Amino acid sequence: MKGRDAGRAVQGGRLAAIRRRLVFAGQLLFTLAVAAFLVVPAFLSILAGVTSNYFVGIRSGVTLQWVAQVLSLYGDTILRSLVIALATLAATLVVGVPAAYALHLRGGRLARVIEEVITLPLAIPGLAIALALLLTYGGMAEFRRSWLFILVGHVVFTLPFMVRSVIAVLAAIDVKLLDESAASLGASAWRRFRDVIVPNARAGILAGSLMVVTLSLGEFNLTWMLHTPLTKTLPVGLADSYASMRLEIASAYTLVFFVMIVPLLVAMQWIAGRGRPDGERG
Amino acid sequence: MNAHHGVAVSVEACAKTFADGTRALEAITLTIARGETVVLLGPSGCGKTTLLRIIAGLEQPDRGGRVLFDGEDVTAVPIERRKVGMVFQNYALFPNMNVADNIAYGLRIRGMPREERDARVAELVKLTGIEGLEHRRIDQLSGGQRQRVALARAVAPRPRVLLLDEPLTALDAALRERLRGELNRLLRMLGITTVYVTHDQAEAMVLGDRVVVMRRGAIAQVGTPREIYFSPANPFVAEFVGAANILEGHGTGDALVLPGGRLPLAAGARGGPLVVMIRPEAIRLVAAAGAALAGEVESVSFVGDRLRVTVQGIAARALVVDAPNTAAVKPGDRVGLAVPPEAVRVLADAPP
Repeated sequence: MKGRDAGRAVQGGRLAAIRRRLVFAGQLLFTLAVAAFLVVPAFLSILAGVTSNYFVGIRSGVTLQWVAQVLSLYGDTILRSLVIALATLAATLVVGVPAAYALHLRGGRLARVIEEVITLPLAIPGLAIALALLLTYGGMAEFRRSWLFILVGHVVFTLPFMVRSVIAVLAAIDVKLLDESAASLGASAWRRFRDVIVPNARAGILAGSLMVVTLSLGEFNLTWMLHTPLTKTLPVGLADSYASMRLEIASAYTLVFFVMIVPLLVAMQWIAGRGRPDGERG
Repeated sequence: MNAHHGVAVSVEACAKTFADGTRALEAITLTIARGETVVLLGPSGCGKTTLLRIIAGLEQPDRGGRVLFDGEDVTAVPIERRKVGMVFQNYALFPNMNVADNIAYGLRIRGMPREERDARVAELVKLTGIEGLEHRRIDQLSGGQRQRVALARAVAPRPRVLLLDEPLTALDAALRERLRGELNRLLRMLGITTVYVTHDQAEAMVLGDRVVVMRRGAIAQVGTPREIYFSPANPFVAEFVGAANILEGHGTGDALVLPGGRLPLAAGARGGPLVVMIRPEAIRLVAAAGAALAGEVESVSFVGDRLRVTVQGIAARALVVDAPNTAAVKPGDRVGLAVPPEAVRVLADAPP
């Protein structure tokens, strides 16, 4: 009696183990399939960028000539995108970080309203923002023709990301108390900001900065409306190349874009992971 | 360290109404002598922290209120130029600096040269007993260590007034008691004018040269720890600074007539309706026969160093008595109470 029960239990245990393994295998397969669905097109696109003749296939040989062509044809858009991204970063740092500090410290209804207004561009389609900028400043020909016009669009679009991410960090560290204690030691508002607030909000500022640079580099909607033939950015140039160039060149262009943006995304993930509260920091 | 640093602090008619209309503080006037330690004591919401923040310069008093340091009007001077030292409830140490840099921050702001700064930090590290922790990060410190760093940081620039906002509240009970003694020794040694906010009456008794008991934004009583304990001005103070029996009855000049007997009063007491206060440790349990007051034991709690006994049938509320921990009493016993007349304090106000 007892022996049989034990035997049945052992058998049941084995069955459960097999079932667990099957379930795991199924889940793994499903995950890999989803990942492949996302990764394969990107991989094919990159492959196309280094294939001599895409219509013949990879048999035709591997080459960097398309990448070289992209750099010669569109080098200016890459450089311009970088300049705009860095300028956007500078502007959002100079405006966004003190704004976040002031909004957080002040609090109350007015601060909330201002925060909402800053965040508004997230809810409005980029095309609409671009249209508004064109209607308002389109008449200033010099400004309209320069890359600064695009910069303004990018700052409007990315500022909420910087402000939000800094405010989130400030809320987590009880910045008011730190500010008051620095003040009690004789520090002026500027020194408090420099010595205590900024260093303690570093994680948020860094995360916001990476976000701003990434968004600015990849921004298309706004930029497409705002650009002139002489102020194309990388994504606008990419659309242009898809429309009017060989597929290999467009693909090589995508490859260049990948190489620029992926390290930023990885860095963003890394910082987000580090900023998460863990056991040691409480 | 030489005694008596700091300034005399005068608070003149300082009231505080917040933007939403909440009245946090009635017009308060208070003078704190040079080198004196004054404790602001009261329940939460009594305005003690608001008063401290007004002295610090973190809050502005309502129109008409003034804060004077040695006679100089500092009402309009912002905190960063008031030269005060402050210890906050959660210490507010800077997480981006190590212990030594935290302590040195106020000195750096004042532009003190590096060697002098290092010497001062070393002196304070020694004084507060945190040697060896200078290069620790703040999140590597225990609560007690943080409290010491916060104190060292606040006194490093030799402030004119030291302000402490419930500096021991964040700690557990045993540590709190130990640090209370340590803090007392330090404050005496520094001899600096100190304003200390707490809701803990034991802290107030130990640390204060004078205690300001506050209630609902007003001062209920100002006095030495002994004065407020033995001669509370009203029932609120009596009950806030320790256990107290508040009795109402009819005075006959030499005694108070109660349902359970006659309580002898010191000579010169008023006649008519009276409210009196007796501390539990001033009452002695005696045999019921022949006692001036007699009642029935309601409950007995063993507290360790004493028994806390409640006796009913003497006044409207049961009386609380502290008896020796060896006393043989049990609920239901008939007991008599002996109270020396000088331990009976006649109160001015009616109970709340």
